[in-house]
Amino acid sequence: MQVPAPLEYERATSVDHALGLLERLGSSARLLAGGHSLLPMMKLRLANPEYLIDINDLHGELGYIRMEPAQIRIGAMTRHRELLESDALAEAFPIFRDAERVIADPVVRNRGTLGGSLCQADPSEDLSAVCTTLGASCVIRNRTGERVVTMEEFHRGPYETAVEDGEMLVEIRIPVRGGGSSAYEKVERRAGDWAIVSAGAAVWLDGEVIADARVGLAAVGPNTTGLPAVSEALRGKRPSEDLYERAGALAAENCNPATDMRGSADYKRHLAKELTRRALRRSVARINEGV
Amino acid sequence: MTVNGEEVTREIEGRLLLIHFLRDHLGLTGTHWGCDTSNCGTCVVWLDGEPVKSCTVLAAMAGGHEVRTVEDLEQDGKLDPVQQGFMECHGLQCGFCTPGMMMTARALLDRNPDPSAQEIREAISGQICRCTGYATIVRSVQWAAAHEAGSRTDETDSPETVATGTAS
Ligand SMILES: Cc1cc2nc3c(=O)[nH]c(=O)nc-3n(C[C@H](O)[C@H](O)[C@H](O)COP(=O)(O)OP(=O)(O)OC[C@H]3O[C@@H](n4cnc5c(N)ncnc54)[C@H](O)[C@@H]3O)c2cc1C
Ligand code: FES
Ligand code: FES
Repeated sequence: MQVPAPLEYERATSVDHALGLLERLGSSARLLAGGHSLLPMMKLRLANPEYLIDINDLHGELGYIRMEPAQIRIGAMTRHRELLESDALAEAFPIFRDAERVIADPVVRNRGTLGGSLCQADPSEDLSAVCTTLGASCVIRNRTGERVVTMEEFHRGPYETAVEDGEMLVEIRIPVRGGGSSAYEKVERRAGDWAIVSAGAAVWLDGEVIADARVGLAAVGPNTTGLPAVSEALRGKRPSEDLYERAGALAAENCNPATDMRGSADYKRHLAKELTRRALRRSVARINEGV
Repeated sequence: MTVNGEEVTREIEGRLLLIHFLRDHLGLTGTHWGCDTSNCGTCVVWLDGEPVKSCTVLAAMAGGHEVRTVEDLEQDGKLDPVQQGFMECHGLQCGFCTPGMMMTARALLDRNPDPSAQEIREAISGQICRCTGYATIVRSVQWAAAHEAGSRTDETDSPETVATGTAS
C-alpha cells in the first residue's frame, strides 16, 4: 500500500491566503492543485512536504480562459477538461484540443490543472510543450507583486521552475496573432500514457509565405524544447513537403533524447522528425481550411 | 463532507487517501482499490459530480464537498439503468473494475444520454478491465442508454430532468 508520509493539510481560500501560508511555511510547504503528479510522488515518497496547501478552492479565482484581442489569459487552476472543452480556445489554438485529447484519460483530466502541469516541469509534459510552442509567458505572484517570465525562463531544468519559495504561478498568457493555426502530434505506447515523443507546431502565414513558425517538443531533453533553428529555417519560405522535411530534420538534430523504457534515442529522434513534419503540415492545412 | 447524500464528519490524518477513508472508515467497500497508481480506475467515485480516481485524492480535499460512490446508484431499492445494463449484457466477469466503470458510465450518460460506442470507449479509457470484457461493458452502457431513452418517452418528464435526475 502506498501512503504519503505524515503531513499537515491546509486549505487556502484565496490567492492571497495561499501566498500568506507559503510565506509563513517556507520550503516545508507545497501547493496541492489537481494532485495528480504530486500525490503519486508523495505515495512513492519521492516528495515529502511537511505541509500541503490545497488550492482547489481557488478554482473560482484561477479557473478561467479569457479571450482578449491580443492575448489569451488562462488561470493556473484551469483543469485539463476545461481546456479540452473550450471551443473558443480550440478555435484560436487548435493545438490545445489536439493535446488535451491525448493527455492522460478523461478521469485524470477532471482533476489535473494547467498550473500543476507547468509547475511539475516534467520533460514529457504535454501542456509545457504546447505553451512553449505558442511562446506563452507565465505570471508568478508573491506577496509583494507579480512578475512575468517566458517559458524558457520558467523551466530551469527537469522538475525545476522559476517559482521560488513564497510564490505561485497564477496565469499563463498566450500572444494572439492573425493568420495562423497550430497542431499537436503525440506518439505514446498506449492510450493515456506519457509521450514517447510529442511535437507541437504553430504557423502564421502572410499571403503564401510563412511569416513565423514555432515548434515545441516534449520528452526529448531535460525540458520541453523550443526550437529557434526550426523557426529560422521556416520564416519567409513557402510551405511545402520539402520544407517540412528540412524542418523535421532540424528538429531531430536539435533535440537531445535519451534511451529509456519508452524507446531508444534513435527512435525518439526519428519521431521528433516525423511528428514535427506532421504538426507543421496539419497547421498549414488548417490555415488553408480556415480553422 | 457529504457521502451519498449523508453528512459525515471524522477526525482524520492529513495523509489519508479518499479511497481508504471510504472503505476503511465508512465501510463503503463497493469502491475497489486496485493499482494504487491512478492508472486502473477501479477506485473511481464522484467528487462534486465529476468522476475522480479516489486513490489520488486526499480525503481532506473532499472535506466540504460531495462524494458519491457506487452504493448510491441503487435508489429506493431500484437498480440504476447502468447496473441493470451490466446485468443484462454481462458487463462484469470478476467484477473488480465494475464499480469504477459504472460510476464513469453514469456520469457519461448524465451529460450525453446517447453516446456512440466510441464515446463510451473514450469515457472509460482510463479504466482497466482485468478480465478484458470491454465489448460487453460498452454494450451494457448502450443498454442503459437505450432503456433510459425508453423511460424518457414514457414519462412526462423532460429529457433534461431525467438525464440529470440522479446527478445531485
Ligand atoms: C495516470 C496519469 C497519466 C498522465 N498522463 C499525462 C500525459 O499523458 N501527459 C501529460 O502532460 N501529463 C500527464 N499526466 C499528468 C497530469 O496532467 C497532471 O495532472 C499534471 O501534471 C499536474 O497537474 P496537477 O494539477 O495535478 O498538479 P499537482 O500534482 O497538484 O502539482 C504538481 C506540482 O506543481 C506544483 N503546483 C501546482 N500548482 C501550482 C501553482 N499554481 N503555482 C506553483 N506551483 C504549483 C505543486 O506544488 C507540485 O509540485 C498524467 C497523470 C496521471 C496520474
Ligand atoms: S486504484 Fe485508483 S486508479 Fe487504480
Ligand atoms: S470484470 Fe474483471 S476486471 Fe473487469
